Amino acid sequence: MIELDIRKKLLGAHGGFTLELKLSLREGEFVTLFGESGAGKTTLLRCLAGLSEPDSGYILCNGKPWFSRDARLPAQQRRVGYMFQDYALFPNMSVRGNIEFALRKGTPRQRASELIELMALGELQHRMPNMLSGGQQQRVALARALAAEPRLLLLDEPFSALDHETRLRLQDEVLRLQRRYGLTTVMVSHDVGEVYRLSRRVLMIEHGRIVREGSPEEVFGAGQAGGKFCFAGEVLAIEAADVVFAVTLLVGNQIVRVIAAAEEAHKLEPGARVMLMSKAFNPVLVAC
Amino acid sequence: MSYDWQPIWLTFKLAAIATFILCVIGIPFAWWLAHTRMRAKPVLEALVSMPLVLPPSVLGFYLLLAFSPAHWFGGFVEHIAGLKLAFSFSGLVVASVIFSFPFLVHPVQSGFQNLPRSLSEAAYTLGKGRWQTLRHVLLPNIKPQLLAGAVLAFAHTIGEFGVVLMIGGNLPGQTRVASIAIYDEVEAMNYDAANFYALVLFAVCFAILLAVHIINRKFLARIV
Repeated sequence: MIELDIRKKLLGAHGGFTLELKLSLREGEFVTLFGESGAGKTTLLRCLAGLSEPDSGYILCNGKPWFSRDARLPAQQRRVGYMFQDYALFPNMSVRGNIEFALRKGTPRQRASELIELMALGELQHRMPNMLSGGQQQRVALARALAAEPRLLLLDEPFSALDHETRLRLQDEVLRLQRRYGLTTVMVSHDVGEVYRLSRRVLMIEHGRIVREGSPEEVFGAGQAGGKFCFAGEVLAIEAADVVFAVTLLVGNQIVRVIAAAEEAHKLEPGARVMLMSKAFNPVLVAC
Repeated sequence: MSYDWQPIWLTFKLAAIATFILCVIGIPFAWWLAHTRMRAKPVLEALVSMPLVLPPSVLGFYLLLAFSPAHWFGGFVEHIAGLKLAFSFSGLVVASVIFSFPFLVHPVQSGFQNLPRSLSEAAYTLGKGRWQTLRHVLLPNIKPQLLAGAVLAFAHTIGEFGVVLMIGGNLPGQTRVASIAIYDEVEAMNYDAANFYALVLFAVCFAILLAVHIINRKFLARIV
Protein backbone atom coordinates (compact mmCIF):
# COMPACT_ATOMS: atom_id res chain seq x y z
CA MET A 1 0.00 0.00 0.00
CA ILE A 2 2.77 2.42 0.95
CA GLU A 3 6.17 2.42 -0.69
CA LEU A 4 8.74 4.70 0.77
CA ASP A 5 12.36 5.52 0.15
CA ILE A 6 13.46 8.75 1.77
CA ARG A 7 16.50 10.61 2.97
CA LYS A 8 16.53 13.52 5.37
CA LYS A 9 19.28 15.21 7.34
CA LEU A 10 18.54 15.26 11.05
CA LEU A 11 20.17 16.83 14.06
CA GLY A 12 20.59 14.32 16.86
CA ALA A 13 21.95 14.60 20.38
CA HIS A 14 25.37 13.48 19.14
CA GLY A 15 25.61 15.61 16.03
CA GLY A 16 23.92 15.30 12.68
CA PHE A 17 23.01 12.11 10.88
CA THR A 18 20.98 11.15 7.86
CA LEU A 19 17.66 9.40 8.03
CA GLU A 20 17.77 6.81 5.28
CA LEU A 21 14.77 4.55 5.12
CA LYS A 22 13.32 2.23 2.55
CA LEU A 23 10.27 0.24 3.44
CA SER A 24 6.86 -0.84 2.32
CA LEU A 25 3.66 -1.24 4.30
CA ARG A 26 0.98 -3.71 3.36
CA GLU A 27 -2.71 -2.95 3.63
CA GLY A 28 -4.07 -3.67 7.10
CA GLU A 29 -0.64 -4.24 8.64
CA PHE A 30 0.33 -3.16 12.17
CA VAL A 31 3.97 -2.10 12.16
CA THR A 32 5.99 -0.82 15.10
CA LEU A 33 8.99 1.46 14.91
CA PHE A 34 11.26 0.65 17.81
CA GLY A 35 14.42 2.41 18.87
CA GLU A 36 15.99 5.05 21.08
CA SER A 37 14.65 8.57 21.13
CA GLY A 38 16.22 10.74 18.48
CA ALA A 39 16.66 7.84 16.08
CA GLY A 40 14.27 9.37 13.55
CA LYS A 41 11.06 7.45 14.30
CA THR A 42 8.83 10.47 14.81
CA THR A 43 10.35 12.13 11.75
CA LEU A 44 9.29 9.14 9.69
CA LEU A 45 5.73 9.46 10.99
CA ARG A 46 5.74 13.19 10.26
CA CYS A 47 6.96 12.60 6.73
CA LEU A 48 4.18 10.05 6.21
CA ALA A 49 1.60 12.50 7.54
CA GLY A 50 2.89 15.36 5.41
CA LEU A 51 3.92 17.49 8.40
CA SER A 52 7.61 17.31 7.49
CA GLU A 53 9.30 16.91 4.16
CA PRO A 54 12.11 14.53 3.32
CA ASP A 55 15.13 16.05 1.56
CA SER A 56 14.86 13.56 -1.25
CA GLY A 57 13.26 10.28 -2.21
CA TYR A 58 9.64 9.31 -2.65
CA ILE A 59 6.54 8.21 -0.75
CA LEU A 60 3.90 6.40 -2.76
CA CYS A 61 0.46 5.39 -1.58
CA ASN A 62 -1.18 2.81 -3.84
CA GLY A 63 1.06 4.05 -6.62
CA LYS A 64 0.03 7.69 -6.16
CA PRO A 65 2.89 10.00 -5.13
CA TRP A 66 2.50 11.67 -1.73
CA PHE A 67 6.00 12.99 -2.03
CA SER A 68 8.35 12.82 -4.98
CA ARG A 69 10.74 15.08 -6.80
CA ASP A 70 7.98 17.09 -8.37
CA ALA A 71 4.87 16.26 -6.35
CA ARG A 72 3.77 17.16 -2.86
CA LEU A 73 0.41 16.08 -1.52
CA PRO A 74 -0.49 18.36 1.40
CA ALA A 75 -1.27 16.78 4.77
CA GLN A 76 -4.93 17.72 4.36
CA GLN A 77 -5.37 15.41 1.38
CA ARG A 78 -3.51 12.35 2.62
CA ARG A 79 -6.22 11.07 4.93
CA VAL A 80 -3.81 10.05 7.61
CA GLY A 81 -4.94 9.74 11.22
CA TYR A 82 -2.14 11.03 13.44
CA MET A 83 -2.22 10.56 17.18
CA PHE A 84 0.19 13.00 18.75
CA GLN A 85 2.25 12.28 21.83
CA ASP A 86 0.50 15.13 23.65
CA TYR A 87 -2.84 14.10 22.03
CA ALA A 88 -3.34 17.67 20.69
CA LEU A 89 -7.02 17.79 21.64
CA PHE A 90 -8.56 21.15 20.83
CA PRO A 91 -9.00 22.81 24.26
CA ASN A 92 -11.91 24.95 23.06
CA MET A 93 -14.07 22.01 22.04
CA SER A 94 -15.84 19.38 24.09
CA VAL A 95 -15.13 15.68 23.60
CA ARG A 96 -18.01 15.48 21.13
CA GLY A 97 -16.93 18.75 19.51
CA ASN A 98 -13.43 17.40 18.94
CA ILE A 99 -14.79 14.29 17.26
CA GLU A 100 -17.41 16.13 15.19
CA PHE A 101 -14.83 18.65 14.00
CA ALA A 102 -12.85 15.77 12.52
CA LEU A 103 -15.74 14.41 10.44
CA ARG A 104 -15.27 14.80 6.72
CA LYS A 105 -17.73 16.85 4.73
CA GLY A 106 -20.91 14.91 4.09
CA THR A 107 -20.33 12.36 6.83
CA PRO A 108 -23.47 12.05 8.95
CA ARG A 109 -23.12 13.24 12.53
CA GLN A 110 -24.11 9.76 13.55
CA ARG A 111 -20.57 8.55 13.00
CA ALA A 112 -19.45 10.75 15.88
CA SER A 113 -22.08 9.16 18.11
CA GLU A 114 -20.97 5.71 17.00
CA LEU A 115 -17.35 6.43 17.86
CA ILE A 116 -18.34 7.93 21.21
CA GLU A 117 -20.21 4.75 22.01
CA LEU A 118 -17.46 2.51 20.67
CA MET A 119 -14.82 4.23 22.82
CA ALA A 120 -17.14 4.35 25.86
CA LEU A 121 -17.00 8.14 25.98
CA GLY A 122 -20.76 8.63 26.40
CA GLU A 123 -20.59 10.09 29.87
CA LEU A 124 -17.66 12.32 29.01
CA GLN A 125 -18.91 13.65 25.70
CA HIS A 126 -19.78 17.13 26.96
CA ARG A 127 -16.61 17.60 29.02
CA MET A 128 -13.76 19.82 27.93
CA PRO A 129 -10.37 18.12 27.34
CA ASN A 130 -8.78 19.70 30.41
CA MET A 131 -11.33 17.86 32.58
CA LEU A 132 -10.15 14.46 31.35
CA SER A 133 -7.49 12.09 32.66
CA GLY A 134 -4.58 11.04 30.44
CA GLY A 135 -6.23 7.77 29.45
CA GLN A 136 -9.51 9.46 28.63
CA GLN A 137 -7.74 12.08 26.51
CA GLN A 138 -6.00 9.30 24.69
CA ARG A 139 -9.29 7.62 23.87
CA VAL A 140 -10.72 10.90 22.58
CA ALA A 141 -7.62 11.44 20.44
CA LEU A 142 -8.01 7.97 18.97
CA ALA A 143 -11.73 8.47 18.33
CA ARG A 144 -10.97 11.82 16.68
CA ALA A 145 -8.31 10.31 14.44
CA LEU A 146 -10.75 7.58 13.38
CA ALA A 147 -13.59 10.04 12.80
CA ALA A 148 -11.84 11.39 9.72
CA GLU A 149 -11.86 7.86 8.22
CA PRO A 150 -8.11 7.62 7.69
CA ARG A 151 -6.43 5.23 5.29
CA LEU A 152 -3.36 5.12 7.47
CA LEU A 153 -3.16 5.45 11.25
CA LEU A 154 0.01 6.83 12.86
CA LEU A 155 0.51 6.50 16.61
CA ASP A 156 3.39 8.40 18.19
CA GLU A 157 4.16 6.72 21.51
CA PRO A 158 0.46 6.55 22.28
CA PHE A 159 0.73 4.98 25.70
CA SER A 160 3.88 6.52 27.13
CA ALA A 161 2.13 8.90 29.55
CA LEU A 162 -0.23 6.33 31.04
CA ASP A 163 -0.09 4.07 34.05
CA HIS A 164 0.30 0.34 33.57
CA GLU A 165 -3.37 -0.69 33.94
CA THR A 166 -4.68 2.00 31.61
CA ARG A 167 -1.97 1.18 29.17
CA LEU A 168 -2.96 -2.47 28.93
CA ARG A 169 -6.63 -1.62 28.53
CA LEU A 170 -6.00 0.92 25.80
CA GLN A 171 -3.61 -1.37 23.96
CA ASP A 172 -6.46 -3.87 23.72
CA GLU A 173 -8.74 -1.13 22.50
CA VAL A 174 -6.34 0.01 19.79
CA LEU A 175 -5.88 -3.56 18.64
CA ARG A 176 -9.64 -4.13 18.55
CA LEU A 177 -10.25 -0.97 16.50
CA GLN A 178 -7.35 -1.61 14.20
CA ARG A 179 -8.75 -5.04 13.36
CA ARG A 180 -12.31 -3.82 13.11
CA TYR A 181 -11.45 -1.20 10.52
CA GLY A 182 -8.56 -3.14 8.97
CA LEU A 183 -6.44 -0.04 9.34
CA THR A 184 -2.84 0.08 8.21
CA THR A 185 -1.12 1.31 11.36
CA VAL A 186 2.36 2.52 12.23
CA MET A 187 3.20 2.96 15.89
CA VAL A 188 6.28 4.39 17.55
CA SER A 189 7.16 2.64 20.79
CA HIS A 190 9.95 2.23 23.34
CA ASP A 191 8.22 -0.58 25.15
CA VAL A 192 9.09 -4.15 24.22
CA GLY A 193 5.97 -5.54 25.90
CA GLU A 194 3.80 -3.19 23.92
CA VAL A 195 5.45 -4.23 20.68
CA TYR A 196 4.84 -7.90 21.48
CA ARG A 197 1.22 -7.32 22.30
CA LEU A 198 0.28 -5.19 19.33
CA SER A 199 2.29 -5.78 16.22
CA ARG A 200 3.43 -8.61 14.02
CA ARG A 201 6.21 -6.61 12.42
CA VAL A 202 8.88 -4.50 14.06
CA LEU A 203 11.41 -2.19 12.50
CA MET A 204 14.29 -1.42 14.80
CA ILE A 205 15.70 1.98 13.92
CA GLU A 206 19.08 3.28 15.01
CA HIS A 207 20.61 6.56 13.82
CA GLY A 208 18.15 6.87 10.99
CA ARG A 209 18.55 3.39 9.59
CA ILE A 210 16.63 0.15 9.93
CA VAL A 211 19.03 -2.19 11.70
CA ARG A 212 16.69 -5.13 12.25
CA GLU A 213 13.32 -6.10 10.90
CA GLY A 214 10.89 -8.93 11.43
CA SER A 215 8.44 -10.34 13.96
CA PRO A 216 8.97 -9.26 17.57
CA GLU A 217 10.41 -12.72 18.38
CA GLU A 218 12.99 -12.41 15.63
CA VAL A 219 13.93 -8.85 16.38
CA PHE A 220 14.24 -9.16 20.13
CA GLY A 221 16.01 -12.50 19.93
CA ALA A 222 13.62 -14.54 22.05
CA GLY A 223 12.95 -16.97 19.22
CA GLN A 224 16.60 -17.98 18.94
CA ALA A 225 16.89 -18.83 22.60
CA GLY A 226 13.88 -21.12 22.51
CA GLY A 227 12.67 -19.85 25.83
CA LYS A 228 9.23 -20.79 26.96
CA PHE A 229 8.80 -17.67 29.02
CA CYS A 230 10.28 -14.41 28.01
CA PHE A 231 9.84 -10.96 29.48
CA ALA A 232 11.51 -7.70 28.76
CA GLY A 233 12.89 -5.97 31.80
CA GLU A 234 15.12 -3.23 33.01
CA VAL A 235 17.98 -3.67 35.46
CA LEU A 236 17.43 -1.60 38.58
CA ALA A 237 20.28 -2.73 40.80
CA ILE A 238 23.08 -5.30 41.00
CA GLU A 239 24.33 -6.49 44.37
CA ALA A 240 27.02 -9.00 45.19
CA ALA A 241 25.80 -11.90 47.30
CA ASP A 242 28.59 -14.34 48.16
CA VAL A 243 29.81 -15.86 44.90
CA VAL A 244 26.82 -14.82 42.79
CA PHE A 245 25.07 -11.56 42.10
CA ALA A 246 21.50 -10.61 42.85
CA VAL A 247 20.05 -8.55 40.03
CA THR A 248 16.89 -6.54 40.68
CA LEU A 249 14.74 -6.15 37.58
CA LEU A 250 11.67 -4.20 36.67
CA VAL A 251 9.41 -6.40 34.54
CA GLY A 252 6.19 -4.72 33.59
CA ASN A 253 5.28 -3.01 36.83
CA GLN A 254 6.72 -5.75 39.02
CA ILE A 255 10.05 -5.90 40.76
CA VAL A 256 11.82 -9.24 40.40
CA ARG A 257 15.11 -10.49 41.86
CA VAL A 258 17.17 -12.90 39.85
CA ILE A 259 20.47 -14.59 40.53
CA ALA A 260 23.20 -14.06 37.96
CA ALA A 261 26.69 -15.45 37.64
CA ALA A 262 29.60 -13.07 38.06
CA GLU A 263 30.53 -12.93 34.36
CA GLU A 264 26.94 -12.13 33.39
CA ALA A 265 26.53 -9.55 36.11
CA HIS A 266 29.65 -7.71 35.03
CA LYS A 267 28.14 -7.15 31.60
CA LEU A 268 25.12 -5.43 33.11
CA GLU A 269 24.64 -2.07 34.67
CA PRO A 270 21.56 -0.36 36.12
CA GLY A 271 19.31 0.88 33.35
CA ALA A 272 20.28 -1.87 30.90
CA ARG A 273 17.48 -3.58 29.01
CA VAL A 274 17.44 -7.35 29.34
CA MET A 275 15.28 -10.29 28.43
CA LEU A 276 14.28 -12.52 31.33
CA MET A 277 13.76 -16.07 30.13
CA SER A 278 12.99 -19.34 31.72
CA LYS A 279 13.12 -22.88 30.41
CA ALA A 280 12.39 -26.32 31.78
CA PHE A 281 10.27 -25.66 34.76
CA ASN A 282 6.67 -26.22 35.58
CA PRO A 283 4.71 -23.05 35.51
CA VAL A 284 1.94 -22.82 38.04
CA LEU A 285 -1.13 -20.76 37.25
CA VAL A 286 -3.01 -19.25 40.12
CA ALA A 287 -6.35 -17.66 39.34
CA CYS A 288 -6.71 -14.15 40.66
CA MET B 1 -23.49 74.26 32.55
CA SER B 2 -23.65 72.04 29.45
CA TYR B 3 -20.54 70.46 28.02
CA ASP B 4 -19.66 69.68 24.47
CA TRP B 5 -19.78 65.86 24.07
CA GLN B 6 -18.56 66.04 20.51
CA PRO B 7 -14.82 65.47 21.19
CA ILE B 8 -15.57 62.49 23.41
CA TRP B 9 -17.92 60.95 20.90
CA LEU B 10 -15.30 61.54 18.20
CA THR B 11 -12.60 59.91 20.31
CA PHE B 12 -14.57 56.71 20.80
CA LYS B 13 -15.65 56.63 17.19
CA LEU B 14 -12.02 56.93 16.12
CA ALA B 15 -10.89 54.25 18.58
CA ALA B 16 -13.67 51.86 17.55
CA ILE B 17 -13.04 52.20 13.82
CA ALA B 18 -9.26 51.98 14.24
CA THR B 19 -9.56 48.89 16.47
CA PHE B 20 -11.86 47.20 13.97
CA ILE B 21 -9.45 47.81 11.09
CA LEU B 22 -6.54 46.74 13.30
CA CYS B 23 -8.23 43.42 14.07
CA VAL B 24 -8.92 42.77 10.40
CA ILE B 25 -5.32 43.51 9.36
CA GLY B 26 -3.41 42.76 12.56
CA ILE B 27 -4.69 39.29 13.46
CA PRO B 28 -3.78 37.62 10.14
CA PHE B 29 -0.50 39.55 10.19
CA ALA B 30 0.28 38.34 13.72
CA TRP B 31 -0.50 34.77 12.67
CA TRP B 32 1.78 35.09 9.68
CA LEU B 33 4.53 36.68 11.79
CA ALA B 34 4.26 33.90 14.36
CA HIS B 35 4.79 31.18 11.75
CA THR B 36 6.97 32.66 9.06
CA ARG B 37 10.55 31.55 8.64
CA MET B 38 11.38 34.49 6.43
CA ARG B 39 14.81 35.99 6.92
CA ALA B 40 13.40 39.51 7.10
CA LYS B 41 11.28 38.58 10.13
CA PRO B 42 13.43 40.53 12.67
CA VAL B 43 13.28 43.59 10.44
CA LEU B 44 9.50 43.40 10.25
CA GLU B 45 9.22 42.81 13.99
CA ALA B 46 11.39 45.86 14.66
CA LEU B 47 9.27 47.96 12.29
CA VAL B 48 6.07 46.85 13.99
CA SER B 49 7.53 47.83 17.37
CA MET B 50 8.71 51.25 16.27
CA PRO B 51 5.62 53.16 17.45
CA LEU B 52 6.35 51.90 20.98
CA VAL B 53 9.58 53.86 21.23
CA LEU B 54 9.36 56.59 18.64
CA PRO B 55 8.17 60.00 19.84
CA PRO B 56 4.63 60.43 18.47
CA SER B 57 5.71 63.71 16.90
CA VAL B 58 8.27 61.90 14.71
CA LEU B 59 5.64 59.51 13.40
CA GLY B 60 3.15 62.35 13.07
CA PHE B 61 5.63 64.45 11.14
CA TYR B 62 6.36 61.75 8.57
CA LEU B 63 2.71 60.81 8.28
CA LEU B 64 1.87 64.44 7.68
CA LEU B 65 4.39 64.55 4.85
CA ALA B 66 3.10 61.29 3.40
CA PHE B 67 -0.53 62.35 3.68
CA SER B 68 0.03 65.59 1.81
CA PRO B 69 -1.61 65.50 -1.64
CA ALA B 70 1.76 66.52 -3.07
CA HIS B 71 3.32 63.27 -1.84
CA TRP B 72 2.81 60.15 -3.97
CA PHE B 73 1.04 58.27 -1.14
CA GLY B 74 -1.35 61.09 -0.27
CA GLY B 75 -1.91 61.78 -3.96
CA PHE B 76 -2.52 58.11 -4.68
CA VAL B 77 -5.10 57.71 -1.89
CA GLU B 78 -6.85 60.89 -2.92
CA HIS B 79 -6.88 59.79 -6.54
CA ILE B 80 -8.08 56.22 -5.89
CA ALA B 81 -10.43 56.60 -2.95
CA GLY B 82 -11.12 60.32 -3.06
CA LEU B 83 -9.94 60.54 0.55
CA LYS B 84 -8.10 63.53 1.85
CA LEU B 85 -5.88 62.21 4.63
CA ALA B 86 -4.17 65.32 6.01
CA PHE B 87 -6.26 67.18 8.58
CA SER B 88 -9.20 64.82 8.22
CA PHE B 89 -10.88 62.06 10.20
CA SER B 90 -9.81 59.35 7.73
CA GLY B 91 -6.22 60.51 8.17
CA LEU B 92 -6.60 60.09 11.91
CA VAL B 93 -7.90 56.54 11.41
CA VAL B 94 -4.93 55.59 9.23
CA ALA B 95 -2.47 57.14 11.68
CA SER B 96 -4.14 55.42 14.66
CA VAL B 97 -3.96 52.05 12.94
CA ILE B 98 -0.24 52.48 12.37
CA PHE B 99 0.38 53.93 15.81
CA SER B 100 -1.51 51.22 17.70
CA PHE B 101 -0.33 48.33 15.53
CA PRO B 102 2.18 46.86 18.04
CA PHE B 103 -0.38 46.97 20.84
CA LEU B 104 -2.56 44.52 18.97
CA VAL B 105 0.09 42.49 17.14
CA HIS B 106 2.37 41.73 20.11
CA PRO B 107 -0.11 39.97 22.41
CA VAL B 108 -1.80 38.15 19.53
CA GLN B 109 1.51 37.02 18.06
CA SER B 110 2.75 35.68 21.37
CA GLY B 111 -0.62 33.97 21.83
CA PHE B 112 -0.16 32.14 18.54
CA GLN B 113 3.43 31.26 19.37
CA ASN B 114 2.53 29.80 22.74
CA LEU B 115 -0.03 27.40 21.32
CA PRO B 116 1.42 23.92 20.83
CA ARG B 117 2.26 23.38 17.19
CA SER B 118 0.53 20.02 17.34
CA LEU B 119 -2.87 21.77 17.50
CA SER B 120 -2.67 23.15 13.99
CA GLU B 121 -0.90 20.02 12.77
CA ALA B 122 -3.71 17.88 14.15
CA ALA B 123 -6.24 20.04 12.31
CA TYR B 124 -4.23 19.71 9.08
CA THR B 125 -4.11 15.92 9.32
CA LEU B 126 -7.87 15.96 9.84
CA GLY B 127 -8.15 17.61 6.44
CA LYS B 128 -8.78 21.17 7.62
CA GLY B 129 -7.32 24.06 5.65
CA ARG B 130 -5.40 26.99 7.11
CA TRP B 131 -8.38 29.29 7.28
CA GLN B 132 -10.59 26.69 9.00
CA THR B 133 -7.78 25.89 11.41
CA LEU B 134 -7.25 29.55 12.23
CA ARG B 135 -10.96 30.17 12.77
CA HIS B 136 -12.02 27.07 14.65
CA VAL B 137 -8.86 25.96 16.43
CA LEU B 138 -6.32 28.76 16.87
CA LEU B 139 -8.38 31.90 17.43
CA PRO B 140 -10.77 30.38 20.01
CA ASN B 141 -7.74 29.26 22.01
CA ILE B 142 -6.14 32.69 22.23
CA LYS B 143 -9.26 34.61 23.24
CA PRO B 144 -7.56 36.25 26.25
CA GLN B 145 -4.75 37.55 24.03
CA LEU B 146 -7.20 38.74 21.37
CA LEU B 147 -9.17 40.60 23.99
CA ALA B 148 -6.01 42.06 25.53
CA GLY B 149 -4.73 43.15 22.12
CA ALA B 150 -7.99 44.73 21.00
CA VAL B 151 -8.48 46.56 24.30
CA LEU B 152 -4.90 47.82 24.42
CA ALA B 153 -5.18 49.08 20.86
CA PHE B 154 -8.52 50.74 21.66
CA ALA B 155 -7.24 52.36 24.86
CA HIS B 156 -4.04 53.46 23.19
CA THR B 157 -5.98 55.14 20.40
CA ILE B 158 -8.04 56.99 22.99
CA GLY B 159 -4.89 58.19 24.69
CA GLU B 160 -3.15 59.31 21.51
CA PHE B 161 -2.13 62.95 21.45
CA GLY B 162 1.05 63.79 19.59
CA VAL B 163 0.23 62.10 16.30
CA VAL B 164 -3.29 63.48 16.28
CA LEU B 165 -2.03 66.98 16.95
CA MET B 166 0.50 66.74 14.12
CA ILE B 167 -1.72 65.36 11.39
CA GLY B 168 -5.23 66.19 12.58
CA GLY B 169 -4.94 69.74 13.66
CA ASN B 170 -7.82 70.81 15.82
CA LEU B 171 -10.94 70.89 13.69
CA PRO B 172 -14.11 70.65 15.82
CA GLY B 173 -16.25 67.67 14.83
CA GLN B 174 -13.55 66.31 12.54
CA THR B 175 -10.24 65.91 14.24
CA ARG B 176 -10.78 67.51 17.64
CA VAL B 177 -10.61 64.42 19.85
CA ALA B 178 -10.85 64.53 23.65
CA SER B 179 -7.11 64.57 24.34
CA ILE B 180 -6.75 67.60 22.07
CA ALA B 181 -9.81 69.25 23.57
CA ILE B 182 -8.32 68.94 27.04
CA TYR B 183 -5.12 70.63 25.91
CA ASP B 184 -7.15 73.28 24.19
CA GLU B 185 -9.34 74.05 27.18
CA VAL B 186 -6.34 74.25 29.48
CA GLU B 187 -4.72 76.70 27.10
CA ALA B 188 -7.89 78.76 27.26
CA MET B 189 -7.89 78.51 31.08
CA ASN B 190 -11.21 76.60 31.00
CA TYR B 191 -10.16 74.19 33.73
CA ASP B 192 -13.73 73.17 34.30
CA ALA B 193 -14.28 71.91 30.75
CA ALA B 194 -10.83 70.28 30.72
CA ASN B 195 -11.69 68.52 33.92
CA PHE B 196 -14.92 67.25 32.41
CA TYR B 197 -13.17 65.66 29.41
CA ALA B 198 -10.37 64.30 31.54
CA LEU B 199 -12.77 62.77 34.05
CA VAL B 200 -14.88 61.09 31.37
CA LEU B 201 -11.79 59.61 29.71
CA PHE B 202 -10.43 58.47 33.05
CA ALA B 203 -13.69 56.80 34.08
CA VAL B 204 -14.33 55.09 30.75
CA CYS B 205 -10.77 53.79 30.38
CA PHE B 206 -10.78 52.51 33.94
CA ALA B 207 -14.11 50.76 33.38
CA ILE B 208 -12.89 49.08 30.18
CA LEU B 209 -9.65 47.84 31.72
CA LEU B 210 -11.45 46.62 34.83
CA ALA B 211 -13.93 44.70 32.70
CA VAL B 212 -11.09 43.11 30.74
CA HIS B 213 -9.33 41.95 33.86
CA ILE B 214 -12.52 40.49 35.32
CA ILE B 215 -13.39 38.73 32.06
CA ASN B 216 -9.89 37.37 31.66
CA ARG B 217 -9.84 36.06 35.19
CA LYS B 218 -13.09 34.20 34.66
CA PHE B 219 -11.87 32.97 31.35
CA LEU B 220 -8.58 31.75 32.76
CA ALA B 221 -10.36 30.08 35.66
CA ARG B 222 -12.31 28.07 33.13
CA ILE B 223 -9.24 26.96 31.21
CA VAL B 224 -6.75 26.24 33.98
